[in-house]
Amino acid sequence: MQRILNNPDNIVDEMLAGFVKCHSNIVKLVKTGEDNPRGVVAAVDAPIAGKVGVVTGGGSGHKPAFVGYVGKNMCDAAAVGEICSSPTALAFLEAFRAANGGEGVACLYGNYSGDNMNVKMAVKMAKREGLTVKTVVANDDVASAPKDQREKRRGVAGEIFMWKCGGAKAAKGGSLDEVIATAQKAIDNCRSVGIGLTPCTLPAVGHPNFEIKDGTMEVGIGHHGEPGIEVCALETAAQMAQRMVDVVLPDYPFVEGDEVAVLVSGLGATPVMELYVLYDEIDKLLAAKGIKTYRSYVGNYFTSLDMMGATLTVMKLDDELKEMLDMDTNTMGLKQI
Amino acid sequence: MSVFKNENGRPVLLAMVKAIQANKQYLGDVDGLIGDGDHGMNMNKGFTMYGEQLGDEETTFSDGLFDLGTVLLNKIGGSMGPIYGTIFMEMSDTADDAEEITVEKFGEMLQAGLDGLYGIVDARPGDKTLVDTLYPACECIKAAAAEGKDFAAALEEMKEKAEAGKESTKDLAAKYGRAARLGERSRGVLDAGATSCCIILQAMADGIKEVLE
Repeated sequence: MQRILNNPDNIVDEMLAGFVKCHSNIVKLVKTGEDNPRGVVAAVDAPIAGKVGVVTGGGSGHKPAFVGYVGKNMCDAAAVGEICSSPTALAFLEAFRAANGGEGVACLYGNYSGDNMNVKMAVKMAKREGLTVKTVVANDDVASAPKDQREKRRGVAGEIFMWKCGGAKAAKGGSLDEVIATAQKAIDNCRSVGIGLTPCTLPAVGHPNFEIKDGTMEVGIGHHGEPGIEVCALETAAQMAQRMVDVVLPDYPFVEGDEVAVLVSGLGATPVMELYVLYDEIDKLLAAKGIKTYRSYVGNYFTSLDMMGATLTVMKLDDELKEMLDMDTNTMGLKQI
Repeated sequence: MSVFKNENGRPVLLAMVKAIQANKQYLGDVDGLIGDGDHGMNMNKGFTMYGEQLGDEETTFSDGLFDLGTVLLNKIGGSMGPIYGTIFMEMSDTADDAEEITVEKFGEMLQAGLDGLYGIVDARPGDKTLVDTLYPACECIKAAAAEGKDFAAALEEMKEKAEAGKESTKDLAAKYGRAARLGERSRGVLDAGATSCCIILQAMADGIKEVLE
């Protein structure tokens, strides 16, 4: 394993130390007590009095998610878990406190069993402190469950649009219910799919815990290597784009005349230039169907350690979501003027 | 041989800690087959942290369970933190600082742990989770209490039921947790949570047998 490490057991805390030093103009590490020794990442100016707090959180290994979306007009705080493992309930609680500007907190996170349990407990603890927290659970990954079981689907890169739109709504002075409604609409309008080309390795484990054979690819793979819907021979970028579009478009369904935002994210180890090749193919297919791309994003936005591959996320837009998407933001993972 | 003193909790808790430590690699390997391979590492981290916190101190069984549950819930996170945290803390609450733990009380404690778990997860017996180990163990102790069985004999039986429950997960398809994404492809492999739960219950049984009076 060729990695930059000290003791792999400490990688999350060591990563955080570097992250907050490097981005000290955007974020700070907040530690309010001994209960959660790791602390949480909060925006430099959080909490903002009179604004609904926006919180997220999740396991580590998905950089820039989740801490990379803390900052101006997106999230106010993020709870940080071990690699591929939910943060504790206390970490979520501390993030709620760090984001609380007196108008309640919107916790926008992904649909994973650990996160669901810990957020549920943290919301109860917050209630005992008189802090109101409402949640939106992202479930944009089409391949993770059939359409009639959407509540079982995982949250993936669509979460970035959920944070962007929910965060903007809060920044524009939206009430807690309005922020929740906008974030829910954003994720409801998102559909995503991933293709994995190689597995990822947890640094403390030292070897991949699943296999993608050379010359093959896995369509529908999850951010933790959860198996997808099909393993097939490695294809050209054009064919991959076709497969992704064929999974994503009919599910919503996106149709001619729709305006959309498109996000192509690398899974960590795929060169960014290849992502642009993929994006170009996806754009051609969308254009051919008469679907208009209003905004597009290409890069390593939501990764899985050193996995090779990419995800495609498409979000249907309306006037409100366009306004939210257009708002300026300054986070490590997304800067927009 | 029908009760043990709550104040003699230390050997029971230590037996649980040692069992998890000894099985760190095994649990990681089991989890690696259909999960992400970190179960042994996380469980070892949590139980070891509790062991260090306990140090050379004595503890009651109920306080020990509460402290262990708190460490898992607050320091480990993931799914296993809230799951085992809830089970141990509910068991502790139900012991309610009783001076003596009888078979009947132990059955109530296991039931409370199971009920607490049901409050946070949707999994039920047959879903390839630790419920498949905990449920038969709990039923067995409750039945032993109703029949007035000897505590030591009941614990032996519980160990067998836990083992059989764990083994049953091999032929099941996962419905919950990360392995659920595999569906039918998860058959043929033990569930990591059911495996750690079996290790914990068997160590707990052996620990209790040491202090039975």
